[in-house]
Amino acid sequence: MQRTLTFSQAINEALCLAMRKDEKVILMGEDVAGGAQVDHLQDEEAWGGVMGVTKGLVQEFGRERVLDTPISEAGFIGAAAAAASTGLRPVAELMFNDFIGSCLDQVMNQAAKLRYMFGGKAKVPLTIRTMFGAGFRAAAQHSQTLYAIFTHMPGIKVVVPSTPADAKGLLLASIADDDPVIFFEDKTLYSKSGEVPEGEYTIPLGKADIKRAGSDLTIVAIGKMVHTALEAADQLAQKGIEAEVVDPRTLSPLDEETILASVAKTNRLIVIDEANPRCSVARDIAAMVADKGFDTLDAPIKTITAPHTPVPFSPALEDLYLPNASRVLEVVSELIGDESLKAIS
Amino acid sequence: MEKTLSSQVLPKEKVVWMYRKMVEIRQFEDAVHRLFAAGKLAGFVHLYAGEEAVAVGVCAHLTERDYITSTHRGHGHCIAKECDIPGMMAELYGKATGLCKGKGGSMHIADLEKGMLGANGIVGGGFPLACGAGLTAKLTKTKDVAVCFFGDGANNQGTFHEGLNLAAIWKLPVIFVAENNGYAEATPFEYASSCTHIADRGQGYNIPSVIVDGKDVVAVYQAAQEAVERARNGGGPTLIECKTYRNYGHFEGDAQTYKKADERALHANEKDAINLFKKYIKEHKLMTDDEMEAINKDVEQLIEESIRFAEQSPFPAPNELLTDVYVSYP
Repeated sequence: MQRTLTFSQAINEALCLAMRKDEKVILMGEDVAGGAQVDHLQDEEAWGGVMGVTKGLVQEFGRERVLDTPISEAGFIGAAAAAASTGLRPVAELMFNDFIGSCLDQVMNQAAKLRYMFGGKAKVPLTIRTMFGAGFRAAAQHSQTLYAIFTHMPGIKVVVPSTPADAKGLLLASIADDDPVIFFEDKTLYSKSGEVPEGEYTIPLGKADIKRAGSDLTIVAIGKMVHTALEAADQLAQKGIEAEVVDPRTLSPLDEETILASVAKTNRLIVIDEANPRCSVARDIAAMVADKGFDTLDAPIKTITAPHTPVPFSPALEDLYLPNASRVLEVVSELIGDESLKAIS
Repeated sequence: MEKTLSSQVLPKEKVVWMYRKMVEIRQFEDAVHRLFAAGKLAGFVHLYAGEEAVAVGVCAHLTERDYITSTHRGHGHCIAKECDIPGMMAELYGKATGLCKGKGGSMHIADLEKGMLGANGIVGGGFPLACGAGLTAKLTKTKDVAVCFFGDGANNQGTFHEGLNLAAIWKLPVIFVAENNGYAEATPFEYASSCTHIADRGQGYNIPSVIVDGKDVVAVYQAAQEAVERARNGGGPTLIECKTYRNYGHFEGDAQTYKKADERALHANEKDAINLFKKYIKEHKLMTDDEMEAINKDVEQLIEESIRFAEQSPFPAPNELLTDVYVSYP
């Protein structure tokens, strides 16, 4: 039997393996070790990140390689980018993706563009780990889903794992990658468990995964929406409708081939994305399929996203904000014309 | 530069107001701590208990028209700026009767009618906002001032330096109030900041800068008085660093392993801001024990009523999800 780890443990294990293998891999971020220079604090009692994801790493690797930073995102994210271009392989933690507002220049104008601007002479093997997503009652400035911003930018790769096993393999691949990668971790998935292989393995960036095979429609879903899609697919199966759930896993590069092949088989496409709809990855994928796979479609492409609003604090509103399985069933019934699907939703 | 507990006797009316506000903040935060532990409140909650003297000593000089910007640890600033306490509690519950209709929560609590420009989820978010409010006051010649409360963590953000510089070159009526509680989340100030005092950094921007004992509400009051007068009279910004301590963790749920046991005990007792103020009040015979006790009881009742109000209030209607994004959007 395979062992299970939480999403958080899987990320911790990937970081640990990468740091053991290559001493140029360092971590930095706000409280990634925690309690720097507090004399009485034993390293095992230190925070290890605000959510405890990097807990224990400072014990093994020391404070030279697990660096607490001041709350200075522009400073340390930019420093990580330049450390990457000059020989280190840093993993910088941007605690919440919302804080990109404090350091966007360093990512957008520096890290992502150095290689191109310098005629291919620079390499920036930087990984930025960051937490995203709604559902945690964390309100408007700690709940956003901002991967579309980076997907739009040439020069940086974008990874969004949905399972612990994927998180480990994708993080190891991201750290090994010679380009800057931003790695999105859904805060509501940290405590979710799943089987995770032992030892080192990588999952290539740019390779989607079919999380559930089916022949009647394709659901492309990102991050925790993969689980929403699987929940909806189980309910659809009871009605004899077999949905194929495709998890792109990386948004840049995007595995267009796997998505197009799935749509060619099922002839219907729904994309679920918890981000805001305008200029979203959902619409990017929809446009790509309309462009390259139009002839294989039997129905209009549907996207299911959050509304065009910030994330509300009130639990009553936040629950309405996020896409859920019921909304997926409603949309499927529109596509397939089966009113009885709405009844089960 | 350090000022010690003052012997200046403040007017009784002021003292009663300050005592009551400090007790309101303490009791509000203690209640929120209990409610969060009981699972009645969700999300990220950061408590101000222990730092009462800062918000109260500064806001004692402000009118409803003056502005403040706040931080993720914003409940104390709200109360000191006389925001409605039942409305605050309802906001923390995410209810429709909350100050922000339940849309903002603890980290974005605001009341623009009281000049409270919002708690803030972004460390360092307040510096430019305070400059902007100060610019409005200056250009519209209202004599209003803007106070920017910020934590020691924020003094390493670029916005601190940009905000101080802007306020100085434009001579804005802004008072920057550092609440140096010793820790940015779990990271000690001494590790994260290259300066010995936050106030040292003000000199680089030619801003008058002082350090006060942030547990001593009278000392904060005096420093703020000078700063507010300077700002109102066109003298530009001031930086006040208040050395203080937060009694709870960075957020509710923080085990606080980075704090020493004796340091927590010290701040809960002899260095407690409310205890120190009580001592001052008794020394100067400004209130009797009975008078103070009556305020304590009155506030207890207010907090209980606030909780009841919050719990009995409705959640926002579903259509509220889509409102308030824009003023108009065809």
